Amino acid sequence: MEIFIPDSWYSFLPYFVELAYLVAIVLFILGLKRLSSPATARSGNKLASLGMLLGVVVTLLDREIISFEYILAGVVIGSLIGAAVAKKVEMTSMPELVALFNGFGGAASALVALGAWFRMASGSVLPGTDLFIMGLSVLIGAVTFTGSLIAFGKLNGMLKGNAVVFPLQNAFNQLLLLAAVFGIGWLLAQPMELAPVLLITGISLLLGILFVIRIGGADMPVVISLLNSLSGIAASFAGFVIDNNLLIVSGALVGAAGLILTNIMCKSMNRSLMSVLFARFGGSGAAASGGDNGDKSIREVQQTDVAVMTAYAKRVIVVPGYGLAVAQAQHVIREVADLLQKKGVDVRYGIHPVAGRMPGHMNVLLAEANVPYSQLYDMEEINQEFFRTDVVLVIGANDVVNPQAKNNPSSPIYGMPILNVEDAKQVVVFKRSMNPGYAGIENDLFYNENTYMYFGDAKNTLEDLVRSIKEL
Amino acid sequence: MESLIFNLFIFVLACFVGFEVISKVPTTLHTPLMSGANAISGITLVGALAIAGSGSGTAATIIGFLAIVFATINVVGGFMVTDRMLEMFKKKREDEA
Repeated sequence: MEIFIPDSWYSFLPYFVELAYLVAIVLFILGLKRLSSPATARSGNKLASLGMLLGVVVTLLDREIISFEYILAGVVIGSLIGAAVAKKVEMTSMPELVALFNGFGGAASALVALGAWFRMASGSVLPGTDLFIMGLSVLIGAVTFTGSLIAFGKLNGMLKGNAVVFPLQNAFNQLLLLAAVFGIGWLLAQPMELAPVLLITGISLLLGILFVIRIGGADMPVVISLLNSLSGIAASFAGFVIDNNLLIVSGALVGAAGLILTNIMCKSMNRSLMSVLFARFGGSGAAASGGDNGDKSIREVQQTDVAVMTAYAKRVIVVPGYGLAVAQAQHVIREVADLLQKKGVDVRYGIHPVAGRMPGHMNVLLAEANVPYSQLYDMEEINQEFFRTDVVLVIGANDVVNPQAKNNPSSPIYGMPILNVEDAKQVVVFKRSMNPGYAGIENDLFYNENTYMYFGDAKNTLEDLVRSIKEL
Repeated sequence: MESLIFNLFIFVLACFVGFEVISKVPTTLHTPLMSGANAISGITLVGALAIAGSGSGTAATIIGFLAIVFATINVVGGFMVTDRMLEMFKKKREDEA
């Protein structure tokens, strides 16, 4: 580097680097702003990646960087892995991937803070405030890392999805947190000792595991959003440690994004963040909401009935749930919608915020199946439309259309915002069997007079429906 | 201490900017938002470069190297997969027109 640049220029270099960082920050913000519309979003992502490139290249000009072998090796390895994974991943696996990437981000931030300590250990002692932030940074980064790995395992089925709970779990976790805080105090007292650094790291790694392992599969959208936020905050704190504004600002932006999404997810499930993190939910006893289902009857229909219903309707709304994605039926439902539209039927999709396994997941899956985004409506928009709708097709969704959320105060999902599908003239529920959904709660919708049950695997039943509509 | 306070100012203000900008992102784009934001949090790579390249002992170099690998996976993978998703959203514009 020094061969090319005259020595006197170096006095300006720090200013140049800082200004370039400022430009990178502006690019990040503009990039995120462009995400406010699907039409500009892609260019926004490009702007943000440009900002990243600028930040990295400019950092390499820094005079303090003297050895490039490790940097080059690390960047090449990381790029190859990242690119390979990004190219190959299925859209249904997006939640796992984001969880994994969150974890890597957290790990990197924790390592940067640790590296700053080791760099200090071979030089001069850092001031107490820096050590304090360093400890926090390691704590948050490491919790994000192992927490994300557990979330990844739960999402892709390597670990059991249900909450793992043992007695005094909360007390134990709090004790661990206290021990981590003690570790930071110890570090402040003896900045050059390795022991407190190892203590903080070890406890934080353990804490991340215990923290996520107690959260059930249904709450994963909240957890990924929260871990996303933490990965940002970890980066921001790492920025405090190495005194770098670019890290502080970018990390804060990501932290804010994750918090907003966490909040939206909690609201969509009518749960407080505290109850997701520290209370138990789902399954077992809670679902006992009256055993009066014995005398209720359901109406079963076949593909020809559904074909006639929909083909001669004016307006049809499709309500997809995760079951649709599991059955890989996104493409077939789009085929159904195309056929109906050719017959002049107005087809829309009503998407509940927790329809997928992460915020906005269902929209991505439908976009992959070439469903135009102009046909995708979120809950608030579509809820006023149901009463003027002839047929609603509920596919692989259950709890998000359960009227108990509105009219049964003793139901565990009472208060959760739902799609008001029962307002429509007719509802067809595509379902494998009469088994209750994720939350294990009986669904009154199935017994309504205007509800028809169409049993079978989502993909097969939809394929049959396509054939029947074509035959009309 | 002074730099800590100054950094805290920047942090808090940036949080507000983040809230303002991101609350305008529609539900449809929340997954790409998350993976894109995730890629941005890989900015910690900049810190990793400084640690790995500073030549201050084997431990710092190895830790910095690992941090670079993790952060680069995050950055490259994150931006690429976001682009892949957003491409699917964009295609529709042409279909409609």
